[in-house]
Amino acid sequence: MSLNTLWFILEMVLFIGYFFLEGFDYGVGILLPFVGKNDLERRMVLNSIGPVWDGNEVWLLTAGGAMFAAFPNWYATLFSGFYLALFLMLIGLILRGLALEYRSKNPSSRWRNTWDWLIFIGSLIPALLWGVAFANVVRGVPINAQMNFTGNFFTLLNPYALLGGIAFLLVFMLHGSLFLSLKTSGDVEARAKKFAMQMGIPVAIVLLLFVIFSYVPSAVFKYSVSSALVFVIFVLAFIAVFSVRFLVARHGGWAFTMMGLTIALTTLGMFLGIYPNVMISSTNPKWNLTIFNAASNQHSLFVMTIVALILVPIVLAYQIWTYYIFRKRIKITDHMDY
Amino acid sequence: MSALIVDRIQFGVTTVYHFLFVPLTIGLAFLLAILETMYVRSGDEKMKKLVQFFGRLFLINFAIGVVTGILQEFQFGMNWSDYSRYVGDVFGAPLAVEALLAFFMESTFLGIWIFGWERVSKRLHVISMWLVALGTTLSALWILTANSFMQEPVGFAIHNGHAEMTSFFALLGNPQLWVEFPHVIFGAWATASFFVLGISAYQLIRHYHVDVFKRSFKVALTLAVISSILVALMGHLQAQHLVKAQPMKMAASEGLWTTSPEHAPWSLIAGIDVAQKTDTFSIEIPYVLSLLSYDSLSGKVQGMDEIQQQYVQKYGPGNYIPPVNITYWSFRIMVLAGVLMILFALWGIVVVRRNKLENSPKFMRVLLWSISLPFIANSMGWIMTEIGRQPWTVFGLLKTDVSNSPIVSTGEALTTLIGFGLLYGIMAVVMIGLMSKYTKLGFDVEEERDASSDIASTF
Repeated sequence: MSLNTLWFILEMVLFIGYFFLEGFDYGVGILLPFVGKNDLERRMVLNSIGPVWDGNEVWLLTAGGAMFAAFPNWYATLFSGFYLALFLMLIGLILRGLALEYRSKNPSSRWRNTWDWLIFIGSLIPALLWGVAFANVVRGVPINAQMNFTGNFFTLLNPYALLGGIAFLLVFMLHGSLFLSLKTSGDVEARAKKFAMQMGIPVAIVLLLFVIFSYVPSAVFKYSVSSALVFVIFVLAFIAVFSVRFLVARHGGWAFTMMGLTIALTTLGMFLGIYPNVMISSTNPKWNLTIFNAASNQHSLFVMTIVALILVPIVLAYQIWTYYIFRKRIKITDHMDY
Repeated sequence: MSALIVDRIQFGVTTVYHFLFVPLTIGLAFLLAILETMYVRSGDEKMKKLVQFFGRLFLINFAIGVVTGILQEFQFGMNWSDYSRYVGDVFGAPLAVEALLAFFMESTFLGIWIFGWERVSKRLHVISMWLVALGTTLSALWILTANSFMQEPVGFAIHNGHAEMTSFFALLGNPQLWVEFPHVIFGAWATASFFVLGISAYQLIRHYHVDVFKRSFKVALTLAVISSILVALMGHLQAQHLVKAQPMKMAASEGLWTTSPEHAPWSLIAGIDVAQKTDTFSIEIPYVLSLLSYDSLSGKVQGMDEIQQQYVQKYGPGNYIPPVNITYWSFRIMVLAGVLMILFALWGIVVVRRNKLENSPKFMRVLLWSISLPFIANSMGWIMTEIGRQPWTVFGLLKTDVSNSPIVSTGEALTTLIGFGLLYGIMAVVMIGLMSKYTKLGFDVEEERDASSDIASTF
């Protein structure tokens, strides 16, 4: 396997880690006003992700850094091309991060309400926009011979991409509700479970629609090495998300696992669907960015491979250990730091 | 107005803003680790309260550092895509290592630290803060590895029209890095020690838990003396390196148009006329520039006119002189702030020795205001080093006017500049409000957390 392929896989792993971990953080943030009906309940919701959300967000920073290091042209095209979308996402992420830290630092209900709204919006925007962004990456966007995006903000808002955005949003909300059903107790736990019961099937259907539209009208994945394999992966993802509804009542852990699998498989499907391309040019297939023309030289990739092979297992080990430390369900009577 | 100007303003504003919070994070993590170690060793519950008090201020600051850090990383791709394409091969690697090695460490262990008071052992808890301190320091090392490449590119070759990495270890061994990194770290320690000094002084003025805040005062004072002297020393070494590596930046920071005589005087203040390429007046101290540049009373320092001619021959036609006024004055303000820090720290030693901590309200008030000094010095240092490198983004390799994103329009760049700018302003107001509130609250915070007001009705 070439180093270029290896780094394509690593980039995918980083995005799976990000969507899996921050996925439930975003879901929790979006569900905050609906599952927390008073201040104590809200605090329970926020404390469930309190010790881990910042570490989870580093997966995004690492995905960005790794893209810069391994595929500078991918990073440059994507980030400058999706400029205003990223601006909105950054505003969301900035407000959300600040809100999580500051929200409980003042007892006034006006203060806390304001920050709660910002947590809601700051979680919703990135969840939606990542779906829009990834759908556009697999669908293809206008890119010229100089590897530059030639569309504008509204080019990104096509129906297929918006469907992708809604699919991501719903998947993350379901994911968040399953996380809450495992980490909280009492009324909050009950409301989270109820949400998962009600939304399990609709979310599965939206995801299925997204997959169907990926194949039928816009002929996405036409450059893929094996569109049959991609299709099988999406079917498995659909089965996983479909099963959630039936697992959540009695087997919360399994439901969460299936949801994680859904996210991992969907991301895998999208990456595999464009491989060996990283950005599809809808203007001219010759101008696609690939794992070769977008990549750093072999020395860079080699050095980064060594670094990643050493550090990724260590990072995974201590992050898993953190989840172990904070494994207990939060009770309304617990001491809460957020 | 061109997109380039807006891109540059946005980069400058974002970076300086981000770096208001970063040094305090680096230094305060280190000081908190020291204070908590004292608590664990002594078992004194008042020390625990002290650690938690400064911990709250630390977190209020940390939050903004984190959220602005995301933009700091993403803006290279967003506004500087041609730069990213040209040097990503070399420049991206340290950023990726920074995320993997440092960001994960600091965020994960800070999570354990914040939420772990009741859940992990005292020892593991204090180790977590040491790991946060280590993480933030490693973060500085890697981002400065990337920045050092911009000041003094090493370990690369030009292939297919862009820079490719040839040696990762050359990047790490960059001589610029090893004067820049210690300068930044000691600056961060100085920032945090003046912060803790100032806050402790405030508590002493109002006679609040005097016994505990005397202890934080003394620990911070010790670090303030050490770090403010070391940061100046490393700055001196960095300036000496500058004479060799980036003589134009050095000359601009001195307002030196023509090459100096053998015994070079140092300009204390000067009126700089960029159009006429001359100084209208200059108050000079004899020998000092030679002394600063070479540790000797003699030694010429090249002027901008001469270097400009050399660069035209080397790099082709163009203006290679950076904005002289900004470079000159930012350097002087930084030095002034640094000198004041050393003086106040030493004066603090005298006050402690005379046992007059509680009877020096004027000096304590001076210390409270001195919290601002390191922040001024940090900002001015970055402005000097980044503006002084112009017209280059990567010195000698890539110019700023061909580095920005060709497809980001002026309107788009303005939109984000205004958006981020407003957000920065609001965040600063909220942060300062919380900082002063929690400083005044001191140890009595429990009731602040637990408001039982029914929120749902107003949501």
